[in-house]
Amino acid sequence: MSKVRVGTTSLGGCFGCHMSFLDMDERIVGLMEHVEFTRSPINDIKHCEPCDIGLIEGALCNADNVHVLKEFRENCKIIIAVGACAINGGVPAMRNHFSLQECLEEAFLDEIGVDNPHIPNNKELPLLLSKVHPIHEVVKVDYYLPGCPPPADAFVKVLTDLLEGKEPSLPKEMLHYD
Amino acid sequence: MNNNADKIIKIDGVDVPFKDGQTIMDAALAADIYIPHLCHKPGLSPHGSCKLCTVDVNGRPASSCTMPASEGQEIANNTPALNEVRKSITQMLFIEGNHLCPSCEKTGDCTLQAIGYHLGMLDGHFPQFYPRREVDASHGSLVLDRDRCIMCELCVRASRECDGKNVFTISGRGTNRHLIVNSDSGKLVDSDIELEDMAAHICPVGAILIKDHGYEVPIGRRTFDIHSVAETDLDDVILTKVRHHDE
Repeated sequence: MSKVRVGTTSLGGCFGCHMSFLDMDERIVGLMEHVEFTRSPINDIKHCEPCDIGLIEGALCNADNVHVLKEFRENCKIIIAVGACAINGGVPAMRNHFSLQECLEEAFLDEIGVDNPHIPNNKELPLLLSKVHPIHEVVKVDYYLPGCPPPADAFVKVLTDLLEGKEPSLPKEMLHYD
Repeated sequence: MNNNADKIIKIDGVDVPFKDGQTIMDAALAADIYIPHLCHKPGLSPHGSCKLCTVDVNGRPASSCTMPASEGQEIANNTPALNEVRKSITQMLFIEGNHLCPSCEKTGDCTLQAIGYHLGMLDGHFPQFYPRREVDASHGSLVLDRDRCIMCELCVRASRECDGKNVFTISGRGTNRHLIVNSDSGKLVDSDIELEDMAAHICPVGAILIKDHGYEVPIGRRTFDIHSVAETDLDDVILTKVRHHDE
């Protein structure tokens, strides 16, 4: 039987959800008997091929985040929003209190200790969105896995449920928003 | 002339005794039956604003914190349909403010969050408002972070009814509603609130915080990390934020 193909990405996030995913430790060996990774920071493959499950960490902060998210949605049968940032914007959304100009000026011009103050404007850099958004405001999300980060056990539970053809569910003790 | 002890309402098929003058919420709390609620606290006048405690009384929805208990009431409380509506209400409360749990000192001790857990809320469902609201850190011992205010008015009522002051009120209408402070400058430092006041401790979310105590109990060991809101005495949660059961 062919393996279930899983892609993962971190948009505007801290990779903490990926770290927590890897916290499943040796259980990943058993998981890999049933799963193979397509695009993921774990294997450094840069583009998404058609796959079964996409795990999306992070909020939408720039144009590249939106592009990557849409690529995942086009290629994945199931999209799972992983972590607080993907679900409600999380910590990156704290910049929504301020205008983008204020954020850039604070980070690159006014902050104490800034060397050679100027706002970066290289065309290689993705354009920042004026506000940070959760991913469900742009694509359809099939399942939500809350937490900052979700515990490794929650990743195991949700993926195991999906591999067994069940609707994924979380016991109450694995449900938290922090 | 009546024998009060004999008066009974039925909540989810269970006989619950009540006394004249009690609301459905009073009777349920006395019988250890949990009806989700945010804006209610025994001892303060009922407010009936959060609507989480909505139950079906003889087939009609009513807020249990304001509805007087009366003989013959058959009440549906813990039903899938009511809990689904409560979950939608909770989601609206989340998306209308800036409830970013990972960055909030109150996380783990927050009743809004705990009700989200209790109802199995996974996401905000609705588009985020991301409102811009003013933070007031002027006071030496307290912070007022309006980002997390859910307009339950517990602080408003506690200040008036328990502290004998009048520190808070709600101003504006609709999505412009916000908590204001009764002082000439509008700042907390110029009001007569004190750290010992009930109003300083009653906030069910992270809108009114005590400075310098936010991380005395580590995240993961806080009240609702360990207990469900349904098995927790809410008085303890609200008033003993800096203490912990295993300290």
